[in-house]
Amino acid sequence: MFTPHTHADVEAMLKTIGVEKVEDLFKVVPEQNRFPDLNLPQPLSEMQAATELDSIASANATTRDFISFLGAGAYQHYIPAAVDNLLQRGEFYTAYTPYQPEISQGTLQAIFEFQSLISLLTGMDVSNASHYDGATAAAEAVILAFNHFRGKRDKILLSRAINPQYRDVIRGYMQANDAIRIVGDDPETGIEPDLKNLIDQIDLDTCLVMVQYPDFFGRIIDYASLIEAAHAQGALVAVVANPTALALLTPPGEIGADIVVGEGQPLGIPLSYGGPYLGFFAVKNALLRKISGRLVGETVDTQGELAYVLTLTAREQHIRREKASSNICSNQGLMTLAATIYMTLLGKTGFQQVANLCYQNAHYTANAVQEIPGYKLPFKSTPFFHEFVVQADENVPELLAHLQHHHILGGYDLSQDYPELEGCLLMAVTEMNSREDIDYLTDVLSEVEHA
Amino acid sequence: MREPTIFELSSPGRTGVTFQEPDVPLSEIPQEFARANLPFPEISELGVVRHFTKLSQKNYAIDLGFYPLGSCTMKYNPKINEVTARYPGFAAAHPLQPEDTVQGNLYLMYTLQNWLAEIGGFADATLAPAAGAQGELVGTMIIAKYHKDRGDLKRTRILIPDSAHGTNPASSAMLGFDPVQLPSDERGNVDLKALAELCDDTLAGIMFTNPNTLGLFDENTAEVIRIVHEAGGLVYGDGANMNALLGVFKPGECGIDVMHYNLHKTFSTPHGGGGPGSGPVMVCEKLVDYLPDPHVVMTDPGDEDTPPTYGFARPEKSIGRVKTFHGHFGMLVRAFTYIAMLGQEGLRDVAEKAVLNANYLQAKLKGTYTLPYDRSCMHEFVLEGYWKDVPDIHALDIAKRLMDYDFHPPTNYFPLIVHEALMIEPTETESVETLDQFADAMVKIAEEARTQPELLKNAPHNTPVKRADELKAAKDLVFCCYPVGEWEKK
Repeated sequence: MFTPHTHADVEAMLKTIGVEKVEDLFKVVPEQNRFPDLNLPQPLSEMQAATELDSIASANATTRDFISFLGAGAYQHYIPAAVDNLLQRGEFYTAYTPYQPEISQGTLQAIFEFQSLISLLTGMDVSNASHYDGATAAAEAVILAFNHFRGKRDKILLSRAINPQYRDVIRGYMQANDAIRIVGDDPETGIEPDLKNLIDQIDLDTCLVMVQYPDFFGRIIDYASLIEAAHAQGALVAVVANPTALALLTPPGEIGADIVVGEGQPLGIPLSYGGPYLGFFAVKNALLRKISGRLVGETVDTQGELAYVLTLTAREQHIRREKASSNICSNQGLMTLAATIYMTLLGKTGFQQVANLCYQNAHYTANAVQEIPGYKLPFKSTPFFHEFVVQADENVPELLAHLQHHHILGGYDLSQDYPELEGCLLMAVTEMNSREDIDYLTDVLSEVEHA
Repeated sequence: MREPTIFELSSPGRTGVTFQEPDVPLSEIPQEFARANLPFPEISELGVVRHFTKLSQKNYAIDLGFYPLGSCTMKYNPKINEVTARYPGFAAAHPLQPEDTVQGNLYLMYTLQNWLAEIGGFADATLAPAAGAQGELVGTMIIAKYHKDRGDLKRTRILIPDSAHGTNPASSAMLGFDPVQLPSDERGNVDLKALAELCDDTLAGIMFTNPNTLGLFDENTAEVIRIVHEAGGLVYGDGANMNALLGVFKPGECGIDVMHYNLHKTFSTPHGGGGPGSGPVMVCEKLVDYLPDPHVVMTDPGDEDTPPTYGFARPEKSIGRVKTFHGHFGMLVRAFTYIAMLGQEGLRDVAEKAVLNANYLQAKLKGTYTLPYDRSCMHEFVLEGYWKDVPDIHALDIAKRLMDYDFHPPTNYFPLIVHEALMIEPTETESVETLDQFADAMVKIAEEARTQPELLKNAPHNTPVKRADELKAAKDLVFCCYPVGEWEKK
C-alpha cells in the first residue's frame, strides 16, 4: 500500500541482486516457520480506515461531551491553534533524533529553547530534553539520587501526597534494587500539611526526599523547613511540580530544590487518553553530570556560527552501554516541541492568565461546593491551586455515577489510593470550566442532597 | 542565516495568544507563595509562527528526502495516522474516565494487543511501555520476576551479543543483572560455542536481536533458543528490526519468550525528532501473568444484541506500573490505523519490499565499499566507510558528504563490531529511483575520496550550519539561553 514498487521495478531489482524471486531472499528463515498466516482482518482502504477509526472514536464520550472536573495528573487546557498547526509540519514530526547537527538545527534549537523555558519556569540551572512522563522523570530522579551517594545512603523518602501512580512507577523501576528503601508514604506518616512526620524521618541514610508542588491534593505547601532539614542531613530534595502552577508560584529552585521534575502535559499537549505526554527534568548545576537523558548544548560550527548539538553523550546508553546513567534512548521530541510552542505563544502574559483562570475558577468552585449541605473541604485551611478535595456525605461511586448521568465527570475517587480519605473526591478546575458549567455542577450537587 | 532564540525575539509588552479575564469573584493568591517574576518571552503570534516555521526549515525529514538510517526504520509516516489520532473521541479522552465512557479506546487497545501478539506469534501483549528502551526494561523485569517467583535466585547474568544496541546492556543493568557480552561468529551469527560455554544455572536469559544489527537473520536462531532454554534461561527478543519479519517469521512460535516492538519503526508512527516512541511487549503463555499494570481485558463477551465490553485488569503476578496511565495511546491509534490498512498481505509486502530494497542497495554498493559480511541481508546491511588507500577518510566524512547530495547519512560507527561502520536501512517505502540516486551519490563520494578528499573532510558545504564543535559544547556546558541569575536581572 505504501510501497512504490512496480512489477517491472521488482524484476529489475531482483536481476541486479542475482536472485529469481523475492521469496529467495528469505531462504535463511527456517522453512517450516517461513511465511506464516496472520489472523488479521481484511485490509481497509484509507477511506474505510478513516470511517472505521471514526466509529471507534465515537464510541467514547470524552471531556468534549461531559463537563469534566477530572485531573489527578492530567489536565484539560485550551491548546492554541498554532501549536498543532506547527507540530504537523513534516520537517518536525518526520525527523529523527538530531544526531546529525548540520541538518537538525530546527529540532536542536527548539529543544534548547525548551530547556531554557523549563529552567526559567522551575528556577533551576539545567533542564534535559525530557523523559517519557512525569512519573518516569520522578523515577529517574530517584536513580540519580541513589547513584549520587554511590550506595552509601539507602533511604528514599516519598511524601504520601505524591501522585500514587508516580510512587508505583518509582517502586516499579527500583524493584530489583534490594539495597534501596523507599519509605515515608505510609498511612502512619500521613498527609498532614505540616510535614512533621516526614521531616522526622530524614536522617544520614537519606539520599532523597521527594514532595509534590502543588501536591496530589492540589495543596500549596511551604517546603522551606523540609528542604532545610534535608540539606542539614546532606540529603537531596526533589520536587514534582505542576508547570501551570509555576506561572504564579515561587519556583522550587528558589526555595532550594536540587531536582525538579513533573508532567508537561498541561503545556499544550492533548489529554489523548493518557499519552504521549512529557516528563520534564531539571537540576542544579552541581548535579549536571548526573542527569540522565538527552541534553542539547550551545557551540559553534567550523565557520564560527552559533550551532546546537546533543552533548555530554558519554552518559548515555549508546556510548556507555551497561554503565550508562539510564537505558533511556528517546526523549519526547515532538511533545517538547508542543510545550515549547505553547509556552512561547502564551508567553509571559498568556501563561499567567491561564494559571490565574485556573486558580480563580477552582476557588469559585470550591467555595460554591462547600456551601452545599453535605459537602465540605477537609483541607480548607491549606491554600490550593486548581485542584482540591471535597468530602461528601454521599457514597462517592454513587455520587460520581449520578453526576455522570447529568453529563458531569465529577472527579477522582480518592479512596482507591487513600483508605483514610473514604468519601473524598479530588476535583480539578481549569480555564476550560466556564462559570455556567460550575454553576450547573453545584446545582446538580444540591439536587443530590435534596433527593 | 541564524534564527534568533525566542528570548532574543522578545519585546516587553508584546503578546501572543491571550485569554479572557476571569468572570468569577476573585480570590487572593497567597503572597507568601506568589512568584516575583516570570521571565517568559513576549512575542506576537505571527512572530512565534515564523520562528518555528523557520526552525522547521533547518531540519532534514522523511517528508523531504531519503533517510537510510540503519536500525531506525525511517519509513513513510502515513498522513491518515495523524488524522485518526486527532479524532476528538481519542484526543479529548481523559485517562481516568470511567471505563463505560471509553469503550472505543478500550476496544482499540484490546484489539491492538491481540494483533501485535498475532503478528509476532505470542500469547498476549502490553501496550504500556513508552518506547523501545522501556519495553526492554519491562521485558527484563518480567524475566527477573519469573525467576524470582520460582525461587530460582542464582540467575544473575544476561547474555548480550556484541552487535546489540546499547539499550540492551543498559536495560539489564538497571534491573541489577550482570550483562555478559557474547561474541559473534565470522558469519555474523551468535557464536554457538561461546554461548554454550556461558550457559549455566546463573543464566537469567539472553537479549537476542534478530535480524541482528548487521541486518542478518541469525542462521543459528533455533540453536540459540534451544541452548538458552536448556540452561533454564529465557530468551528476550529485541524486536527493533521486526520490519524485516512481518508475515515472514513469528518469533514467538519459535521459542522467543518475550519481545518488544518499536511502533515508531515497524508500525509507521512518526519519530517526532526523537520521540515519542512506543514499545509494546509481547509474551509467551507462561509469562502472561507478569505483564505490567494496566492490561486491557474483555470483561463481557456480549451476545447477539449487546457488544462486548472491555476494561482494565492487573495481571496476577504483574511486575506493576511502569508509567502513568495506559501507554502512549496516541501512538497506538496510529499503529492500529496502519495495521488495519495493511492486513496480512500488506504487512508481508512491507517485509518483502524492505528486504528487496536493502539487498538491491547492497548489491549496488558492495563493489565500491567493503561489505564485511557478504551474505543476503534482511532489511539493512553494514558497509565499512573506510578504504586502505585513503586512510584519512573516515565513515564520518562520507556521512557528512552525503548531506551535500541531499541525503540523510546512514547510521555510522554502529554496530561496534564493524570498523568504521555505515549501517544502511532503506525501508520499503523508497522507490528504485531514489535508491539509484543514493547509490550514485555513494559511488561518486568514493571517487571524490581519491580525487578531492578535502570535499569530504570539509563536508557538509550546503547545510544551515557546518560541522559543529562538539568538544566546545561539552566544555562550555551552555544548556539555557540565559544562565540562571542573569535572567533575573532582565
